[in-house]
Amino acid sequence: MSFLQIQDLAKRYPGSTVFEGVNFAMEKGEFVCIIGHSGCGKTTILNVLAGLDAASGGTVIMDNREVAGPSLDRGVVFQGHALMPWLSVSSNIAFAVKSRWPDWNRIQIQVHCQKFIDLVGLTGSEHKKPSQLSGGMKQRVGIARAFAIQPKMLLLDEPFGALDALTRGTIQDELVRICAATHQTVFMITHDVDESILLADRILLMSNGPNACIAEVVENTLPRPRDRHNIHHDPQYYRVRNHLVDFLVNRSKLYQTGEEKRPVHPPAVRPGVEEAAEASAKIINLRH
Amino acid sequence: MAASLRLKAAILSVLLLAMFLAAWHLATLSKTSAQVVDAEYAKLVGQQASTGQKSAFPTPSDFGAKLLEHVRNPFYDKGPNDKGIGVQLAYSVGRMLLGFLLAALVAVPLGFLIGMSPLGYRALDPFIQILKPISPLAWMPLALFTLKDSDISAIFVIFICSVWPMLINTAFGVASVRRDWLNVAKTLEVRPLRKALTVILPAAAPTILTGMRISIGIAWLVIVAAEMLVGGTGIGYFVWNEWNNLSIVNIMSGILSIGLVGMLLDFLVGRLQKAVTYVE
Repeated sequence: MSFLQIQDLAKRYPGSTVFEGVNFAMEKGEFVCIIGHSGCGKTTILNVLAGLDAASGGTVIMDNREVAGPSLDRGVVFQGHALMPWLSVSSNIAFAVKSRWPDWNRIQIQVHCQKFIDLVGLTGSEHKKPSQLSGGMKQRVGIARAFAIQPKMLLLDEPFGALDALTRGTIQDELVRICAATHQTVFMITHDVDESILLADRILLMSNGPNACIAEVVENTLPRPRDRHNIHHDPQYYRVRNHLVDFLVNRSKLYQTGEEKRPVHPPAVRPGVEEAAEASAKIINLRH
Repeated sequence: MAASLRLKAAILSVLLLAMFLAAWHLATLSKTSAQVVDAEYAKLVGQQASTGQKSAFPTPSDFGAKLLEHVRNPFYDKGPNDKGIGVQLAYSVGRMLLGFLLAALVAVPLGFLIGMSPLGYRALDPFIQILKPISPLAWMPLALFTLKDSDISAIFVIFICSVWPMLINTAFGVASVRRDWLNVAKTLEVRPLRKALTVILPAAAPTILTGMRISIGIAWLVIVAAEMLVGGTGIGYFVWNEWNNLSIVNIMSGILSIGLVGMLLDFLVGRLQKAVTYVE
């Protein structure tokens, strides 16, 4: 049985259905990204996983237990960082750590916080208030806070959406590094195709809402470790990327009209793998 | 730039004060022309006043001399009708703070509950809307009748006038705490009491303090009026008593001290407000 199982999840409002029939599973240590246009219900799915929103139907089972309500087992990095502006960087993280381990003394908490402040590269800014930090630094604090409680699973709601491209790149690198070091299970919403290829093991593609569904699960066949600076030199990169962009631009709207069939269990696809095999076979043939 | 602006403003302030004092001085200059008045009237109001030798309204120097006298000895107590201005102010501030603190004790927790429950907010709103615009002094007869003690009635009046701004602001502040912060607390499984004290309270504190600042301003306005009605002690009583004594200089000293204390109170709450304000 998979670590996380989502079965027949649906969100309906009177008169409209945001999504239904959402089925997928995640293994421990896996990094899964979900991509889809605005309004398809990505954030709702994440909020249901976080326990902040209730689904209209279906179940979520994590680690053999049904998810009902928020839990310290699932850390959340919010889109708008959600730091408390009256607390310093270290106090914001300490707030989470105290919630996770209420019996710890001041020094234990401080040592633990410092470890995660160093991990996200904010050493030296411990006593700054969020208003004194740049957008990127604020989001790093949010990430440190979520990692510091060492949850079984991390939920990231488009964490880099509000950042400029340069800052986004550096924090993505850091996230790659931290995830590699901690083997954290991560579920992340993103709008950025390149970001998903850099970070994810699998990418869930959602069709347009209302009546959205998970149309396909793309297996990211790019080998790890991945490096943002040269990942695009891998010929496989554009095969995956083109598949994702094609889906978002052309195919994501076809599921509403019925031109594409809504799958009960979304098919796993490995874009470009066959072509790559064919291409290398051709090269071998030519050589002979 | 900022410093020079401040300097200019200070010079202008001093200039305006000087102009005001000069105008006051000119208006109260003794008139030399002797007037013949009715002997009975002269007896009643005093020789000087009746003949117009000297205006009944004090000159700035009269006022200054009286003020100096008050400043030199603010805390004497020579019986119920002759207490130093400091003693009277202390009575008023004490009474006001007692009423204000009682109001805060009721308004802040109640505001918390109302702010956290949309049902409570809506259910209590009509009562608040009706009670809020009532002049606090209108409660005075009812308070005197039910409480049967003038001192407690004055405190009650302060209580009732300071409770509304604090209640409304607390409820508003609590109701408008950012959803994100509450979600953070939820995902961290923070218990309700800890959530109230470490998330909602600091988030709503600036709004609550704004309510307190409004309340303390109103309370200080009202205590003077209430003491005029209730009598006995306090700066309001002092002003009214000096009206009965026809001591214009003392009335003016009272008025000035009311202004100064009011400014000080506002300044102190303002500092407190600044201390809890955060930048998002």
